[in-house]
Amino acid sequence: MSGSVPDPLDVPPDPAGPLQPRSGRRGSGFLTEPLRLGTTPSATVGPYLAIGLTWADGAWAAAEGTPGGFWLRGRVLDGAGDVVTDAMVETWQADPDGRFPSPEDPRGPSSYPGFRGYARASTLSGEFAVHTLRPGRLPDGRGGLQAPHVDVSVFARGLLDRVVTRVYLADETEANAEDAVLRSLPEDRRATLLATPAEDGYRFDVHLQGDRETVFFAV
Amino acid sequence: MTGTTSERGLRLPRYLREDAAQRTPVGFPGYRSTALRAPLRTPVDLPHRLTEVTGPVLGEDRVRPGDADLTLRNGGEAIGQRILVHGRVLDSDGRPVPGALVEVWQANAAGRYRHVVDNWPAPLDPHFDGLGRVVTDSLGRYEFLTVKPGAYPWSNHHNAWRPAHIHFSLFGRAFTQRLVTQMYFPDDPLFGQDPIYNSIPAAARHRAVSRFSLERTQDDWALAFEWDVVLRGSEQTPFETDDDGDVA
Repeated sequence: MSGSVPDPLDVPPDPAGPLQPRSGRRGSGFLTEPLRLGTTPSATVGPYLAIGLTWADGAWAAAEGTPGGFWLRGRVLDGAGDVVTDAMVETWQADPDGRFPSPEDPRGPSSYPGFRGYARASTLSGEFAVHTLRPGRLPDGRGGLQAPHVDVSVFARGLLDRVVTRVYLADETEANAEDAVLRSLPEDRRATLLATPAEDGYRFDVHLQGDRETVFFAV
Repeated sequence: MTGTTSERGLRLPRYLREDAAQRTPVGFPGYRSTALRAPLRTPVDLPHRLTEVTGPVLGEDRVRPGDADLTLRNGGEAIGQRILVHGRVLDSDGRPVPGALVEVWQANAAGRYRHVVDNWPAPLDPHFDGLGRVVTDSLGRYEFLTVKPGAYPWSNHHNAWRPAHIHFSLFGRAFTQRLVTQMYFPDDPLFGQDPIYNSIPAAARHRAVSRFSLERTQDDWALAFEWDVVLRGSEQTPFETDDDGDVA
């Protein structure tokens, strides 16, 4: 290793400083690498997720009545083609200007009227429904632009970790053709990420398995 | 912060991609419900761009008075062993995560959830709903008072029992850090037969188990258990990387 090697006995006096985790077994007491705590392993939300994760306002990534608001609806289907009714779908996306209501946006947090950017919805009725706005395009890090997209996490009994996918809008033909993530996928797989226009917004089904298994991402 | 990438002049954090040998697989053969649900194709690596390194701001406005004390509901006191569950939310660089929303849910002391799907013959407790919410303080600390959840049977295999656990849902700063997990109690004799516990790679299993905390145990009042949650931190690499995370 180059650079300074941390001294394992140099315990920071500042309570806000880096500290060793206190749960379960301790480490060897010797540090051979930069301080790196093992991450907490995920577990399934199980069948009783509604107790802890129900929000009365969960569906509203954009508040009711926000100009341009539409519904993103869809089903979650298992490998037998059955509708999963005990899943939770979470969404996170940019506002129509391509900005985020998050201090982690290095361009500064934005504030778009009525826009939270985040929603969670259960599939109890057979489908999830999220009220949102059309996301703007974003820089892709190579001088190009990403197509409008929504990051999606699906949690359910029978999934020991969340599965992550992205919703793109099928009618954004030009932007989609330029999107580096979509372009990196085989044509037939790309289609699993496209939400199709519907009466009051868009439809997007998640296929957990099968011939039409949705493209899932490792983040 | 190390592990950044240039986004047209923007410096974005690049989050650790976890070692598969340390993280829970989405599917696990011993857990029956995963068979038709866990995706079968290998997930595609998604580069960490603006959507992935940002996340919603969810704080005190999500918490109601009393949410940090699960033992008092409906004008009465829940039955069971009173416990204080406390710890910190950190990232893997060891930095506390302040202002993080922590949502918890659990079975009552008899092992029964207040949920229509749970109808095994254990009693409900009119003074326990099993829902708690807290936000971490400026040092990343959280704590809530509850009763120790009971073990309960489930239909995964013959005589299958879930070890006592509390469900945790956490947001860090970024989409990449989102975590839903379960906290266990030390030395549970039910660990050996539980596929959900055993789906965690052996090297990481201890991180799902809380530690009895005599320091915070309160005389004549409550036992204490301590559990730190570690979310993904920055990728730390001594190499320069290009925009796809490949070593240049």
